[in-house]
Amino acid sequence: MFRQARWGTDSGLEPLVFELSRQGRRGCAFRPERLSEVEIPENMRRTSLNLPELSEPEVVRHYTRLSQMNYCIDLVFYPIGSCTMKYNPKICDEMASLDGCTQVHPDQDESTVQGCLELMYRLERALAEITGMNRVCLHPAAGAHGELLGLLLIRAYHGWRGDARDEVIVPDSAHGTNFASAAMAGFRVKVIPSDARGRVDMEALEAAVSERTAAMMLTNPNTLGLFEDRILEIAELVHGAGGLLYYDGANMNGILGKARPGDMGFDVVHLNLHKTFSSPHGGGGPGSGPVGVSEKLERFLPVPLVQHDEKTGRYYLDYDRPDSIGKIKAFYGNFGVLVRAYTYLLMMGEEGLREATEAAVVNANYVRKKVSETRGFKPAFDCACKHEVVFSAEPLRRETGITARDVAKRILDYGMHAPTYYFPPIVPEALMVEPTETETKEELDRFVRAMHEIDRDARENPERLCSAPSATAIGRLDELRAAREPILSWRMYVKAGRS
Amino acid sequence: MKKLGLVVNPIAGMGGRVGLKGTDGPEALRRAIELGAEPVAPERAIAALERLIPLKDQIQLITYPGEMGESEARKCGFDPVVVGEVREGQTTAEDTKDAVRRMVELGVDLILFVGGDGTAGDIHDVVGNRVPVLGVPSGVKIYSAVFANTPEAAGEVAALFLSHGLPFREAEIMDIDEEAYRRDELAADLKGYASVPYEPIMMQAGKESSSGFETADQKAIARWMVELMERGRVYILGPGTTTRAVAEELGIYDSTLLGVDLIVDYRLMKKDVNERQILEAIEGRPASIIVSPLGRQGFIFGRGNQQISPGVIRKAGRKNIIVLATPQKLSLTPVLKVDTGDPALDGELRGYIPVITGYMQTHMVKVL
Repeated sequence: MFRQARWGTDSGLEPLVFELSRQGRRGCAFRPERLSEVEIPENMRRTSLNLPELSEPEVVRHYTRLSQMNYCIDLVFYPIGSCTMKYNPKICDEMASLDGCTQVHPDQDESTVQGCLELMYRLERALAEITGMNRVCLHPAAGAHGELLGLLLIRAYHGWRGDARDEVIVPDSAHGTNFASAAMAGFRVKVIPSDARGRVDMEALEAAVSERTAAMMLTNPNTLGLFEDRILEIAELVHGAGGLLYYDGANMNGILGKARPGDMGFDVVHLNLHKTFSSPHGGGGPGSGPVGVSEKLERFLPVPLVQHDEKTGRYYLDYDRPDSIGKIKAFYGNFGVLVRAYTYLLMMGEEGLREATEAAVVNANYVRKKVSETRGFKPAFDCACKHEVVFSAEPLRRETGITARDVAKRILDYGMHAPTYYFPPIVPEALMVEPTETETKEELDRFVRAMHEIDRDARENPERLCSAPSATAIGRLDELRAAREPILSWRMYVKAGRS
Repeated sequence: MKKLGLVVNPIAGMGGRVGLKGTDGPEALRRAIELGAEPVAPERAIAALERLIPLKDQIQLITYPGEMGESEARKCGFDPVVVGEVREGQTTAEDTKDAVRRMVELGVDLILFVGGDGTAGDIHDVVGNRVPVLGVPSGVKIYSAVFANTPEAAGEVAALFLSHGLPFREAEIMDIDEEAYRRDELAADLKGYASVPYEPIMMQAGKESSSGFETADQKAIARWMVELMERGRVYILGPGTTTRAVAEELGIYDSTLLGVDLIVDYRLMKKDVNERQILEAIEGRPASIIVSPLGRQGFIFGRGNQQISPGVIRKAGRKNIIVLATPQKLSLTPVLKVDTGDPALDGELRGYIPVITGYMQTHMVKVL
């Protein structure tokens, strides 16, 4: 029996912090005579700040109430496909909050932050080994940021060779960021269809590669959770045309420790540390999308690179890289996320990582088998998957009119987060389930039971599904209106007349 | 209360089983009956109407007498408003048009018709794109893009449209020359565009859904196409709404929707040209052909753009063929077809080709 905490008033939910504000209320008192004069330039001076005014207990209560209404991984099963919402071990948070990690500044003299630099260096070496790459840049703040960096490196490579190429090939099952990153990096995007087995259509690929091909972007296992078994042929085809192969590491949890992108022929790899290496995520950041490269792209990596002087044992930031494309982020990466990822690696060890991958794959296939025993949900493809499985709820929709969206909303009523739905777009009524390795068999069985019950309810009690979710703090949202009339800030809220 | 207009062409599809390829005209109908043809439209109408029964009390059904809608509606438990009059067993295209005229006057929200391309064309003559139409497939020739996959699907889409509302798209009405069709020649013209409810799965096995943005996608395609254009090159612009978007991007608002136009140096050189005029215009100059798949079948050559003949294609050069299609269009026609009239050329055009689907974006699509 699940019921989510709900804090609110008669007219709605917990008010906004601006609405709780009362003029003159203070969190702490300043003694003006204790403050020193600061010279603020004339044109930067403000006369009002419009910050909410609350006491400390009010602030604590407000945010605690919000946190109780947060549908989060520390509370519930979170099988969002491709996001890899595995449990975030608390030791990682503990390490990231050590003074040596938090009470430092990136502009400090290198000699005073040797520990931080050493951590980054060791992490980089480990990620290079895991991916089969030569060097890794830890700077990107997100997976998509890593994609952009990877494509900029590819552009630099072709430019340096005097061979301007302007096309990037992307499969139609790819995550939307792939198309966007390629476009942002100034490339034309060439989309190729997936074949009946859900893999890259080789005939289409052969027609797509040309002397204009700068790169092909691939996720492996792909967004359908299927391993691209012809990857060596694909690599040969793309390389043969003079293009490079880019690996989107969003699905690394399906192969970590069992196979390496470098061995498959990839030239550039990005990882999502917040996914595979278990940093808390799902709120828009912070993330970390390190990019690994083979030898041929090393010279273009952004500055600085963390280097280790074997002789002196000293770690230092190397800015002396004449062919570098420059900086893609301030400082050296989202350090807190790097610390968590490094802690995770040390905690798991090589064997632990391998076991985690195996468990992730077993869990996904278990769910695949058990849920396919319903009438309404069928796996999109007829073969074993890796760490995630895509179902189609099309049989359910055809028989009862209940859609994947209805199913997803109803799952929330069981005290579990909904899987990804309507992605990838090439599967009708798609539901993408990624249990990850950190769930018990009991939890997986709970999910399976929920899916069977939903399947039955679609036929016998459809009203339960159409009105779902009802056990959550908020009911079904008007997504269309939210997309058409977004209110994203207090200022917009006031302007829309809602305050 | 929403108003649904229902018009059934009782003879649509009768030519099919007896191999007559259509029943346009009383002579063809007589032949069909002689050959033992049985009406198929009424049962298809009922199959569609059955899906609307749950909405019986929420919609007003307006229909034509007897076999043109009234009997099918009553069989399904509807109590329709009946307009017009008909002579049993002798219905013609004029009856279809009269029925639809009356329905438009009565302010119907949707015209559900049972028939084929012929019926669709007759209705289009009266309605144009002023009122949304939806076809229950029951004809021999179903090349227009206004039909649902099956009669049941048509009923479902109509029900969705009337209860929840659906976005619209402009769908091609194809005019098939029935005489030529009988001689095994497929000569199709683009008759015009109708307004049709958009539902990607039931109107066709679709993969993507976001039709409200189709015009935005067309603009993006047009913008990219215009950036790719070179001075001094003749662009042979085929029919369709996506190619029209290209003309509009150039500030040309009088290009033809159904004809082939020529654009040079970002200006309209000549519009609604035939083969001879195209060949003259591209003599000694570089040329590119810009086409878009028309109708439901996904033909990029041979339907509605025969002016772009094999001669024109060969002169412009195979590698100068540019195909434009929105992702929504591709979801309706995931495979493209060619029928230039020259089988050898058709063979050369087969395989995967890049189709411009957005700004700086192409999709590799198979041409069969």
